[in-house]
Amino acid sequence: MRYLPLTPADRAEMLGVIGAASVDDLFVDVPAEARLSGPIAGLPAHASEMAVERHMSALAAKNLSAGTAPFFIGAGAYRHHVPASVDHLIQRGEFLTAYTPYQPEIAQGTLQVLFEFQTQVARLFGTDIANASMYDGSTACWEAILMASRITRKDRAVLSSGLHPHYAEVVRTMAKFTEDDIVSLKAQLVPQADDAAVIAAIDDKTSCVVVQYPDVMGRIPDLAAIADAAHAKGALLIAVVTEPVALGMIEAPGALGADIVVGEGQSIGVGLQFGGPYLGLFGCREKFVRQMPGRLCGQTVDAEGKRGFVLTLSTREQHIRREKATSNICTNSGLCALAFSIHLTLLGGEGLAQLAAVNHDKAQALIERLAKVPGVKVLNDAYFNEATVVLPRDAREVVRELADRKVLGGVSLGRLFPEDSDLHNGLLVTATETVTDEDIETFARELEGVLA
Amino acid sequence: MNAVNASGWRPSMGEAGEGTSFKTASGDYGLMLEEALSFELGSSEKCGVDLDKPSRPAAAGLSKFLRKSAPALPGLTEPETVRHYTRLSRQNYAIDLGPFPLGSCTMKHNPRLNEKMARLPGFADVHPLQPQKTVEGALEVIEQLADWLITLTGMASVAMSPKAGAHGELCGLLCIRAALDARGEKRDVVLVPESAHGTNPATAAFAGFKVQSIPATPEGRVDVEALKAKLGPNVAGVMITNPNTCGLFEPEMKAIGDAVHAAGGYVYCDGANFNAIVGKVRPGDLGVDAMHINLHKTFSTPHGGGGPGAGPVVLSEALAPFAPLPFVSRGEDGRVHLVEEENAGEGHAQAFGRMVAFHGQMGMFTRALTYILSHGADGLRQVAEDAVLNANYVLRSCEDLLPAPFAKSGPCMHEALFSDAGLAEGFSTLDIAKGLIDEGFHPMTVYFPLVVKGAMLVEPTETESKAGLDRFIGSLRSLAQRAKDGDQSLHSAPHFAPRRRLDETLAARKPVLVWQGTPGEPGTPALSEFGGS
Repeated sequence: MRYLPLTPADRAEMLGVIGAASVDDLFVDVPAEARLSGPIAGLPAHASEMAVERHMSALAAKNLSAGTAPFFIGAGAYRHHVPASVDHLIQRGEFLTAYTPYQPEIAQGTLQVLFEFQTQVARLFGTDIANASMYDGSTACWEAILMASRITRKDRAVLSSGLHPHYAEVVRTMAKFTEDDIVSLKAQLVPQADDAAVIAAIDDKTSCVVVQYPDVMGRIPDLAAIADAAHAKGALLIAVVTEPVALGMIEAPGALGADIVVGEGQSIGVGLQFGGPYLGLFGCREKFVRQMPGRLCGQTVDAEGKRGFVLTLSTREQHIRREKATSNICTNSGLCALAFSIHLTLLGGEGLAQLAAVNHDKAQALIERLAKVPGVKVLNDAYFNEATVVLPRDAREVVRELADRKVLGGVSLGRLFPEDSDLHNGLLVTATETVTDEDIETFARELEGVLA
Repeated sequence: MNAVNASGWRPSMGEAGEGTSFKTASGDYGLMLEEALSFELGSSEKCGVDLDKPSRPAAAGLSKFLRKSAPALPGLTEPETVRHYTRLSRQNYAIDLGPFPLGSCTMKHNPRLNEKMARLPGFADVHPLQPQKTVEGALEVIEQLADWLITLTGMASVAMSPKAGAHGELCGLLCIRAALDARGEKRDVVLVPESAHGTNPATAAFAGFKVQSIPATPEGRVDVEALKAKLGPNVAGVMITNPNTCGLFEPEMKAIGDAVHAAGGYVYCDGANFNAIVGKVRPGDLGVDAMHINLHKTFSTPHGGGGPGAGPVVLSEALAPFAPLPFVSRGEDGRVHLVEEENAGEGHAQAFGRMVAFHGQMGMFTRALTYILSHGADGLRQVAEDAVLNANYVLRSCEDLLPAPFAKSGPCMHEALFSDAGLAEGFSTLDIAKGLIDEGFHPMTVYFPLVVKGAMLVEPTETESKAGLDRFIGSLRSLAQRAKDGDQSLHSAPHFAPRRRLDETLAARKPVLVWQGTPGEPGTPALSEFGGS
């Protein structure tokens, strides 16, 4: 077995040192009747690299990968070009095979990366501070709602109808058990985000309003107006960003008055990976720091006065505070944070702005072309790199028929909102810098064919 | 012999190293390289990616939302970027460099085939919301891994979507809440042994339960009588770690389960230490109702400096109907289907809800399945045996110098627990740990579990060779002896790391969590305040 260094002679010698006759003697605490006498029957035995690679490659080949088809899917996970150096650097063993940096003297590499990452996220979001990452955007969103409850001592959260339905479902699931009061607004196929409905739903019991920016239909809410309305009632604004590349072009939520900004960092550096692992981003006002969930990296000095970094303010965390912790989170998304940080360092502020402009450019080309397809109407007044188009029939069928024609043509609102039949003709389409003019033309022609 | 460096000074001692006042002009010392922050190196205008130019201005509808200027983020060209992160990487210890014996954390070798397989475009470049018929291979990966996990644990079902161990704990407890709700019972107490990982009580509180602590016996096991005394109509369940955090198997697990079930509760098992028993015993045979499996521990997916993890939860028949969405199942047609909100009504109507967007940690599933297929049923069993053998070898090779409070009479499982009792006055676990850094090893887990004074929890894992263990044992014995002899130099260890002991009190008292300044302009207030360079 290629991964096990002990030889039979080693094992015999070590058993001698231990004073055990056989390795089974080391398992005496396991009740005899529960002990398995040999490898579990019916399962295959060990296999060579070559054999395993053959098995896994056959499974991989059954999937239609995004790079091999015209691809227009977004809805919370985005296909961007990731520079080759990103994946190379995250595979350096010193990053890949290190643990959580609990021994800071020999983990300054990871810690400095986290400090840089926190700074990047805070600047991107326009918040004072950011943490060292959460599991993903959806779990970060729920943690933000809990944090708002701790800060405001109120427990009624208003969810915009433009919040990704998976995020909203995570929130409703968790709230069922914590008995938080969640107000979910109903989504509608209208050109603008539901700002007015969100503002109307805020009352004195409201701890926070949760608004996705841009929203799940690609529309862009007026965060400043919502922030003012929330603050007037003593509530916090939680902005949710599922496509951080957009912030190269549109104003940072923190600059518009958001108190907590959470998001999904996957679109920068991480890749699609069928949904995970992804990267939860979490920023907020500095005065809320002690209510934050998750790890924080802070600057300090060593015994010789040299700058260094450590995990800090851990009295918020489970390994110190146990049942009184701000969250139960332990493992976060460190390696994805590294990928995000490297990609963003390669881009820089101006590069991110240009990447965003190219995305918006491609999206305009896509939307203009789809608008010419008979029966297709564009919904959005404003959009960044994704928008909703309305088809003459249920978009779920159209998406499946497009896939038969080897076009990955967006996400049907019926898949996202199965309960809301009045949304089912909606199709969310996305264009990033990876889309070519030929892809757009192929998509439009095949859509014409499907709708004909 | 060494006329130039008679003092024994080494580059890693830095400019204030003992026995020298040698100072380089650069601040670097040979291969010991300092690295500034990316914010001090880069500027917003620099870019390491060649991007197209947009062919048209922003759409009119977007104009009122546009930002005034680009984000103040530093950019670097590719050569500068590669150098920045490579230099930083060299300030990290890693399992690729040597033993990383963190008890309970399971730092084992990460096979590179796993990385290669996860990067196949058919897995890495597929979107979670693609039509199902375009991702049948990805769904099969999830189903095959699920099948292995179910078989290895002897359980009825598995919820694959939890993102990490603590998230898996939450999933298990929410299944228990949902099962109790279905029975129409309100039970609000969860019993947690005092030796448990901090995530256990935190998760129970997060799921809306009250936590009651169960003491440990002098032998380091759950006090079964104390546990039984607390059972009653308000107890939803217990959370037991097995093997436990003292590195011992709980021999009364089945009896505990029977008592809990008789009192109407459920048994949650923290599976963080499943690597010690995989292929040797199935938790399903011991009365467990739910157990998370850290794929980043038992099944070797890389820890990556703190994540990502993956925490699938295996479930008993009693809890399986409540598993969250989404999950995969093989239909009567032999094909694997994804069960989501849209189709859950047909056969999984009792799901307690959804824990994450999309389907879980696919990138970890491909790695874990690759690891499992590489090892097979025989190899996985050997993994547990070698992990336990290595731990007992460390235990018996050091117990004459470092007290092993719970393993006097019998073997440990995959980790050896020592205490710092018996060191010279003023010496503690921290000195041993920092001394190990100077010896070229990552320290063991320290001051955990809480039930042992100055705990040192050593988990070698099965991927250490005997020669490697002998080197580690030699260093640990040497340090124990120095601490018994009162060697003062241990108090200032580490001497040979990129940094000396760091001031954690300062970091917490005056938190500096982000860099303040303008990219590309060094010497900002935050920097000069700390006297760094």
